[in-house]
Amino acid sequence: MTVRVQNEDFDVNAEIDALRGLSDEIGAIVTFTGTVRGRANGESLSAMTLEHYPGMTERELARVEAMALERWPLQGTTIIHRIGELEPGANIVLVVTASRHRQAAFDAAAFLMDYLKTSATFWKKEAAADGSGSWVDARESDDEALARWADPPA
Amino acid sequence: MKLTIKYFAWVREKVGVGEEQLDVPDDVTTVGDLAAWLATRSEAHANAFARADVIRAACDQTHAPPTAPLANVSEVAFFPPVTGG
Repeated sequence: MTVRVQNEDFDVNAEIDALRGLSDEIGAIVTFTGTVRGRANGESLSAMTLEHYPGMTERELARVEAMALERWPLQGTTIIHRIGELEPGANIVLVVTASRHRQAAFDAAAFLMDYLKTSATFWKKEAAADGSGSWVDARESDDEALARWADPPA
Repeated sequence: MKLTIKYFAWVREKVGVGEEQLDVPDDVTTVGDLAAWLATRSEAHANAFARADVIRAACDQTHAPPTAPLANVSEVAFFPPVTGG
């Protein structure tokens, strides 16, 4: 169970291997990697800056991780989110889930991302190629994605 | 009541500071009261809280609605809806 907020990049394979070693019962590892788009709404971006609320962010990520562990039989989870200035193509976020079987790992990874996007205290500011900056607006579709987890899994 | 107030993202930019320590009047008892009181403190605060309906809050680093009481709270943060991930 790992939660990290960091400036530096992460190594997806190293994080998979770290979970793989936790238990010989693991039969499924799912990863989600979020990256910086080089283009948004038809405009080229030169960089993206991630701000967060130190302390609360880590608490929220740990809370969301604990919720996933209650709902699915997971052998391990890892959530890493980068902060600071990131270039197009760069990694932003990594979620890794490990379970005995694939469905729990797939579902838990989607759940973690949906909760992270609506409750973890990060804010994105995009810098356009012309140097202008603008804060990214929250998307209603993220709230809709969250709603599908309202009922406990069958 | 002494409170640490924190601001993030465009709320921080509009207020002009990321954090301030304030002595809040006793009749300010909820997060919503606090937002309304902060908006009276300066033109920058008023500008930041002009879109009060979209601003979110946290009490002692836990998400909190406008109706949340401030009793026993030491840190309140105001910020836009989150956009991480």
